[in-house]
Amino acid sequence: MAAIQLASGFFLPMLILIILIAALCTRTDAFGAFVEGGKEGLQLSIALLPYLLGMLVAISVLRASGILDLMTGFFSPVLEKLMIPSDLLPLFLTRPISGSASLGIVAELTNSLGPDHMASKIAAVVQGSTDTTLYILTVYFGAVGIRKMGRALTVGLLADFTGMIAAVMISVWYFGFFS
Amino acid sequence: MVNLIWIFMVIIGLLFSFYNGTTAEVNQAMFEASGNAVELVIGFIAIFTFWLGMMEVAKKAGLLSMITSICSPFLSRLFPDLPKKDPSFGFIMSNVTANFFGLGNAATPFGIKAMKEMQKLNPAPDKASRSMVTFLCLNTAAITFFPATIVSLRLTEGAADPLDIVIPAFLATLVSCTAAIIYDRISWQIVSRRRK
Repeated sequence: MAAIQLASGFFLPMLILIILIAALCTRTDAFGAFVEGGKEGLQLSIALLPYLLGMLVAISVLRASGILDLMTGFFSPVLEKLMIPSDLLPLFLTRPISGSASLGIVAELTNSLGPDHMASKIAAVVQGSTDTTLYILTVYFGAVGIRKMGRALTVGLLADFTGMIAAVMISVWYFGFFS
Repeated sequence: MVNLIWIFMVIIGLLFSFYNGTTAEVNQAMFEASGNAVELVIGFIAIFTFWLGMMEVAKKAGLLSMITSICSPFLSRLFPDLPKKDPSFGFIMSNVTANFFGLGNAATPFGIKAMKEMQKLNPAPDKASRSMVTFLCLNTAAITFFPATIVSLRLTEGAADPLDIVIPAFLATLVSCTAAIIYDRISWQIVSRRRK
């Protein structure tokens, strides 16, 4: 496992090293290319702002209004029946719409219940194995100016939902089996 | 579709805040979110400029076309609409690899480059093409081998074994990625059949 952590930390530096060595071997004007490619970064980021801002505002209105808390209260009896800790419900609801909010929920859970509590472990697996679909849709499609997402939203959210169910089931099985 | 979702998110939030008496919180949250978006974009400027610069070096040095030709037999199956050895394959592969190592922030500029390449082939530029939808599914359900952020969180919180979530998370992404590709294929079949 330590090897994985090491590989992950080495991936980006190694990538940079390989790119620069390749540039050296092929006598590429590396700095010229870097500057040229980098120029695009500025325009691209600025172009993203309205897409991102619009979506983040909508999400925060929803959250600050308190309707997410209401939904948590509504769904928790169902979860209890399925033997899934209801502490996890805010995470399930926020994960597809906001990465930082869901990370905050996982951090809060881990802190209050302890990192080795079953609920914190399941939360960690859910957070680590799923992605913020709405954010990815906004950023990726926003960058090329696509407004009609077609099937992408439905398929993305469906995949997200499946991923969450898989994450819960696999962690219940895995941690139940090995501890 | 996203238009309607956006409108409904805001309307439902606003109406509920009248009922719940949270209009003050909503007001504050709206402007905070706008500020957060600007901060996020400033962060993007740094990451995008660095990685798009690096990718341009990789392109000029011939590395990207090398990756593209190695991956094209596999990727052209997943993306039948893209021509063999399309330049987007190199960016798709970089994006998938960065996601694999849990480097979401570095993965985004690669993904956007891939989108831009696919946009060049898009017959209807304001509508997501088939390849774009496939790529997006691959991304929202990316196979992750090392969820770096969550491991470091568990490390700081003093978990007995901070890495114990790595294997179940990897298995879960295998399931969700497979599911995403299957959903994408099925929905494509339905949409294209309807068109006929």
